[in-house]
Amino acid sequence: MALEAEEKTGVRRGTVIPMRGNDAVAYAVKLSRVKVVAAYPITPQTIIVEKIDELISKGEMDAEMIHVESEHSALAATYGAAVGGVRAFTATSSHGLVYMYEVLWWAAGSRIPVVMAVVTRAIGAPWNIHVEHSDILSTRDTGWLIAMAENNQEALDLTVMMFRVTEDPRVYLPGIVGLDGFILSHTVEPVEVPDQELVDEFLPPRRQPYTIESGAPIAMGNIIPDEAFEEHRMDMHESMREARRVIEEAGREYGKLTGRDYSSLVECYKCSDADYLFVGIGSWMGDAKIAVDALREKGLRFGALRLRWIRPFPWDELREYGLEKKAVIVLDRSISFGYAGPVFLEVSSALEAKPSMVGVLAGVGGVDVNYEDMVKIAEHVAGLVEEKGRVYVPALWYHLGEFYPMKPGPLPTRKTPRHVNKLLEELWSKKT
Amino acid sequence: MAFNVKALPKKNYIMPGNAACPGCPENIGLKFVSMALGEKATLVVPAGCTSVIQGLWPRQGTSMPVLNIVFAAAASAASGLSRALRIRGKDDIVVVWAGDGGTADIGLQALSGAAERGEDFIYICVDNEAYMNTGIQRSSLTPHGAWTTTTHRGNPGRKKPLPQIVAAHRVPYVATASIGYPWDFISKLKKAASIKGFKYIHLHAPCPVGWRFDPGLTVKIAQLAVETGAWILYEYENGKLRLNPPSNKLVDPSKRKPLEEYIKLQGRFRHLTDKDLEELKKEIEENWREITAILRAQGDL
Repeated sequence: MALEAEEKTGVRRGTVIPMRGNDAVAYAVKLSRVKVVAAYPITPQTIIVEKIDELISKGEMDAEMIHVESEHSALAATYGAAVGGVRAFTATSSHGLVYMYEVLWWAAGSRIPVVMAVVTRAIGAPWNIHVEHSDILSTRDTGWLIAMAENNQEALDLTVMMFRVTEDPRVYLPGIVGLDGFILSHTVEPVEVPDQELVDEFLPPRRQPYTIESGAPIAMGNIIPDEAFEEHRMDMHESMREARRVIEEAGREYGKLTGRDYSSLVECYKCSDADYLFVGIGSWMGDAKIAVDALREKGLRFGALRLRWIRPFPWDELREYGLEKKAVIVLDRSISFGYAGPVFLEVSSALEAKPSMVGVLAGVGGVDVNYEDMVKIAEHVAGLVEEKGRVYVPALWYHLGEFYPMKPGPLPTRKTPRHVNKLLEELWSKKT
Repeated sequence: MAFNVKALPKKNYIMPGNAACPGCPENIGLKFVSMALGEKATLVVPAGCTSVIQGLWPRQGTSMPVLNIVFAAAASAASGLSRALRIRGKDDIVVVWAGDGGTADIGLQALSGAAERGEDFIYICVDNEAYMNTGIQRSSLTPHGAWTTTTHRGNPGRKKPLPQIVAAHRVPYVATASIGYPWDFISKLKKAASIKGFKYIHLHAPCPVGWRFDPGLTVKIAQLAVETGAWILYEYENGKLRLNPPSNKLVDPSKRKPLEEYIKLQGRFRHLTDKDLEELKKEIEENWREITAILRAQGDL
């Protein structure tokens, strides 16, 4: 029966293997026939590098590993290999990503397709190795495509897809696949690994705008007149917009082959008929879905809209699903200090702040946030909206079950706002 | 490595009218690189004078392929490029062309990594002894006492012995060279190209703008640096040190020209006191002592 169904739909099932998110990325890199990997270990990315080296050492993967001395060199070597005409990959987290920041710009400005996995993690000081989105969101303006996985399956699928999208002549920009540190990177989930043949069918041989090699005396990156520079940036912007269509095409075709459709830049969970909407990125949007079900049982019609892609930005989708809502709650796992969470700022501008909007900051530095917390957040916001009609709160920090409104904006909580110092006082008094 | 001058390529790889200053030693050096390696040379250039010298897009002042790259990443980008070209079965000679800042300072970590891994390319440090591209600021390769725009009273430090530092990585080939000795430089390039693995050539390149001398004297000053013993021409092949002419004769200090002949032509040393000069001479003497000690230990002296 199953076989018949497969024949009918054209879907070819792969092998389901329990694996960590980082393993899933490593398998995607192998399936994408990457030839050069250069990476420097950093928690929680490390497993990706170890797994790839293991696959190469066992002869299962035909690639070279460059054991560089830093992340700056990791991306530079990956980029160098990509310019030399082969598929290349790197992976990093947190401080590693920040250390390679200038090379991100150079790779994107060169229009050279490169794929990188970013295992999200807080940036110090103080040291913290746990999940947060300040690292991946700091790459927002570099010209890289940015996708964010919700689960290990998606980490694999998006990595394979990213090679195809970035190497499409309509795009020719590098791309990042984000997966949440520990929550995905170190957590075992069943992942369906597609067959090599399927990936070969999906992913054409490498294409890139040019290579640097003897016989073709071109210079890449030399000084350019200001006007031409600006036009070059305009062209990058156009290509990023064009990437939308390329992603949709690739996602649709991947869906036809694997049964997992990625033709939309967002994932909509019960958001069409919802009054209220959660919007966010990454793994905790899985918890948001559970919260949606729980809230609906309580009579609050919630939905969850997950941004699978951050760049290009899913502007149309957001407006389609978000404009008419009673309230939109944007969940942010990092903050632009002094204003609000980066995802809130993006979503708010796309929605022209038309619906009631609350930017909720939570889970920063890996603080655990589960679906019960999300239910609590939802009820709190729904209460605010019931009470005041329209609300617009850019930064409402949810921390260990309590709400802390942050400036700018009004302080719309029903309770007396408590200052963080007060909590610390309490904590101290409990200790002593 | 012996070579036939007549067999060197006649093609001009370095275009006239590029953006170099008059008397630029980098132009001279690049010309020798192209003469030695011809069509096979593929350049990787970090931020520095050559980022400018190659000219303004859409034109290009060198007819060699050039990958420009951020300051600290020359050796790592070259590692990736060389690996990719080898995987694709290409026999390009990847050449990093980096200044003293891009090599000894901001690029040192990547250089050390690539040397230790044994990446297959030639790294050339074109050493004009200061950050000339940003306007003559001190680098760790600026000699003692030299004026720069960040050492108005003379450089208090002393020149980092970079070729020795790279040689300590036990790479198959390390050499010093000078733009004033093209045969020596070209033969070293040809030798480096014939060796697999990491090769390093440290090219002394007097800069008329930064050192404050007449642009017509670039080659003369480069030669004086060697003749006075201030710059020593040598090579390490598989760890074995050898002095190259004319430096091999200058082990005997009496054969060297007086250091003053080299110093007095340069505005950057105009303010030197007798004490500074003694300091500089002492430093040069120490360099020679190190070299001769190694030669003695090898039984070659």
